[in-house]
Amino acid sequence: MSVQSAGSLRRAPGLGGFNLTVLRLEVRRVLRNRRTMLMTIVLPVVFFLLFGLNKAYAGDKAGHGNVSAFIMISMALYGAVLATTSGGAMVSIERAQGWSRQLRVTPLSPVAYVAIKMLTALVLGAGAVAAVYVVGLLTGKPQMPAYLWVATGLCVWIGSLIFAAFGLFMGYLLPTENVMQILGFVLVLLAFGAGLFVPLSQYPHSLQTLAEYTPLYGLNQLVHAPLIGGSVHLAWVANAVVWLAIFAGGATWRFRIDTERV
Amino acid sequence: MAVNGSAPAIDIRGVHKSFGQVQAVRGIDVAIAPGEIVALLGPNGAGKTTAIDMILGLSQPTTGAVSVLGSHPRQAISRGLVSAVMQTGGLLKDLTVAETARYTASLFAHSEPVPDVLRRAGIAEIADRLVGKCSGGEQQRLRFAMALLCDPELLILDEPTTGMDVEGRRAFWAAIRQDAASGRTVLFATHYLEEADAYADRIILLRRGQVVADGTAAQIKALTAGRTVRATLADADEPALRALPGSDSVEIRGDTVLIHASDSDAVARYLLTATRARDIEITARGIEDAFIALTTDDAEGASDALIRGETVTSGEGAQR
Repeated sequence: MSVQSAGSLRRAPGLGGFNLTVLRLEVRRVLRNRRTMLMTIVLPVVFFLLFGLNKAYAGDKAGHGNVSAFIMISMALYGAVLATTSGGAMVSIERAQGWSRQLRVTPLSPVAYVAIKMLTALVLGAGAVAAVYVVGLLTGKPQMPAYLWVATGLCVWIGSLIFAAFGLFMGYLLPTENVMQILGFVLVLLAFGAGLFVPLSQYPHSLQTLAEYTPLYGLNQLVHAPLIGGSVHLAWVANAVVWLAIFAGGATWRFRIDTERV
Repeated sequence: MAVNGSAPAIDIRGVHKSFGQVQAVRGIDVAIAPGEIVALLGPNGAGKTTAIDMILGLSQPTTGAVSVLGSHPRQAISRGLVSAVMQTGGLLKDLTVAETARYTASLFAHSEPVPDVLRRAGIAEIADRLVGKCSGGEQQRLRFAMALLCDPELLILDEPTTGMDVEGRRAFWAAIRQDAASGRTVLFATHYLEEADAYADRIILLRRGQVVADGTAAQIKALTAGRTVRATLADADEPALRALPGSDSVEIRGDTVLIHASDSDAVARYLLTATRARDIEITARGIEDAFIALTTDDAEGASDALIRGETVTSGEGAQR
């Protein structure tokens, strides 16, 4: 053992300790978590099969495609935001288990840790989108041009990063191992607020106005925009950007407090 | 044993740490030389964990400075020179033992081969078990393995055997002892006297955020095993009292003299024959009693005299 001589030669790892081994292990942990897999992969697929294939409306025209495609995008978004939220919220569990503290006695920088969490969330989000899209493809019901399958899928996936920030913020804010039970419920509310499950046009007017300020609203409109066509409303972009700023700002704030104290 | 020239493994200077109104550490000065195996002994709330947190750079001293192997604690950690085994928690239940080790190893620029380290920690045969399914002792050996992965120069253990049975404790210390033979500096916090006695070269006794004794196990035992001689003596000659054979410490409070001595007879004889001392009292203590007195907050009244007199300075301890 080279205890005595190595000291002067030792250096800190590159990228603050970020590496692919850790990312792989993190993804493996997610895959092992049955509840997360059920909620983020299976549930949105089931919802699509329930709501997206109804003969009464599935074949109706919606922009450049049909209603089934529209619903498929909605369900992929629901799965993706659940996935990225739970990916971000993992920090809560890890803080509760003392893992964050353990990591602080390794060279892993807190920023690299958050980057790993975000990327893990994105991998899970990609899985959620892919699951719904593949099942959609297999049923043959959703219709839209090939480039829109790709474009909307990418929009959903990248857009779901907003909710990785949300999960991270909540993960730092709520010191509990059951954080996802709370957030799962919150996301259902937000999904209703954004009109993911029921079109907003069916809500009373006052509720519609309120819904336009909820965090999933802007993102939901934006990911459907390529399918629907027409102009992108500034209000949608503003909604998404403002909520991203709130979540990322909140996460940064809690993160700073957390790393000072540990 | 010299490592990195003359830089101490741990250098704590004038460190205070307060949390709001609570003073957890109230002025500690300690230097630990490379290669030493040091026990930080004290009851719960003595400031052991607070001190360790500062050594690891997990918290900052309110005043004073801590340096580790000649650099800032955070720097030493990012270079993989220091690692720690924490009290409890700090493991992910949904990873296996080997995965946890690989995860940890990947974070360092330099690390030992995972299978080797698992073997040294005695957990090679449970490498594929989920951490959540491991016993407390197995988890603790995993924490130890994680701390060994970067082959640190300084290993810090915070109450490493809490909650272990006797057998597990013995196996754990056997592994540590074997490892420390390689010249690693080890600092461990404990509230078990026997552990400090059996495994440390040097014991630093903490009480209420201060060092109350610092020396080898034998020195500490000698301190606590002696008797206290108390006498009324005006204008006492302190240097003469200190110079007495068997006198370990002297405290003068007005006309009262308190001498803690391993040879209380010699001290009493001197006081009676060579000075005008009167009202001489000699109080005896067993080792265990004395230790309890030294480390228990409840026994304050009984132990105060003992404690105040007894501080062997950290300098002396380090020169050992």
